Amino acid sequence: MAGSETLTSGEYIKHHLTNLTFGQFPDGHWGVAHSAEQAKEMGFWAIHLDSMFWSLGLAALFGYFFYTAAQKASAGVPSGLQNFVELMIDFVNDSVRGSFSGKNDLVAPLALTVFAWVFLMNLMDLVPVDLIPYISGVLGIHFMKVVPTTDPNVTFALALGVFGLILFYSIKIKGVGGFVGELTGMPFETKNPLLKPFFMVINLVLEGVNLIAKPVSLALRLFGNMYAGEMIFILIAVMYSAGWVMGIFGGVLQLGWAIFHILIITLQAFIFMTLTIVYLDMAHAEHH
Amino acid sequence: MNINLTLIAQLVSFAVFVWFTMKFVWPPLVKAMDERKAKIAEGLAAAERGQHEQELAEKRAKDTLHQAKQQAAEIKANAEKQASMIVEEARDKAKEEGHRQLVAAQAEIAQEINKAREGLRAKVAELAVLGAEKILRKEINADAHKDIVESVANQI
Repeated sequence: MAGSETLTSGEYIKHHLTNLTFGQFPDGHWGVAHSAEQAKEMGFWAIHLDSMFWSLGLAALFGYFFYTAAQKASAGVPSGLQNFVELMIDFVNDSVRGSFSGKNDLVAPLALTVFAWVFLMNLMDLVPVDLIPYISGVLGIHFMKVVPTTDPNVTFALALGVFGLILFYSIKIKGVGGFVGELTGMPFETKNPLLKPFFMVINLVLEGVNLIAKPVSLALRLFGNMYAGEMIFILIAVMYSAGWVMGIFGGVLQLGWAIFHILIITLQAFIFMTLTIVYLDMAHAEHH
Repeated sequence: MNINLTLIAQLVSFAVFVWFTMKFVWPPLVKAMDERKAKIAEGLAAAERGQHEQELAEKRAKDTLHQAKQQAAEIKANAEKQASMIVEEARDKAKEEGHRQLVAAQAEIAQEINKAREGLRAKVAELAVLGAEKILRKEINADAHKDIVESVANQI
């Protein structure tokens, strides 16, 4: 917050990076944490109200517009909203057709959902960092992180959802045996029965890492990019409390970073969508 | 930055969200787009067909026009021929008529001449008899020499 006379820069940044956490206090009662330490003490059984609120709100926004368009969709001349929605559908459809060779009615809607949701959540990054926290502060809510994708819970939830689908389709298409065979039979192959178990262990380790790396890299890539971007916005915002000259310089920096960030948020959403499609394509592909 | 229940809540939301998109958003839109695509393709095909048909019609019209022109020329030629024939015929008829009238006039003239000759002959016989009477009054009885006078008169 610009008027941060009572906060040092470090406190200001920390304040901005703390989620509004609802959970159980060590003394047993439930409530909203009043500091980052309290939030940490709540352990696993706590929930980030701000992440949930913004992500679900944006999902509802997307759902509302696309559902409205879908209800009114006709083969006639499209107009306004329908035009935009169809543009998105076409874009996603092209991506799916380009990368996904199997036949699965889930993949394209999944890709659209991933792209739209990640993009909208990233888009919250372009809202000036202090605006919504300030408003919520006035309303009495003291922690408010408005960019859900800077919360690792959100990105990992997305990545684990995709990972679950990868496992599901790998087993569904190839069978348990086929999937295990894929994990243990490659990349080292041998006909020697003595070497075979040894190779299988090595293969399992390599392929296992390969498999686990998919959701982890998906989640961390998005989280890292958005977290870093948010951090830079916050650092720029700190300059506003350092006098007129620094304030104006900060304003210019913020504008520049925001414009650059338009690219990043779109790119990250696109990468997440494309990798989702590619991973699912790999899950569908039969190896021989 | 703590991993907590938010993860699971987000997972559930993600699943519901994907389900919603898959169920209510994607199919109607894709269906509408496919329908439009088919419609456009149909429209293009129809346009092409129309163009082709127009070309054919133009060609047909050209042919018909050409034929009509030819027919008209034929009719004109026929008419001209007929007209000249009629004129020819009329001329022939007129000639014939003229000839006929000429012949009739000649016949009449010949008749008149004969009549006049007859009359003259009678007159000459009478005059001859009269002359002879006057000459012969003294010596010849008209009745006794009648046959001679008559034969003379006949010789004229």
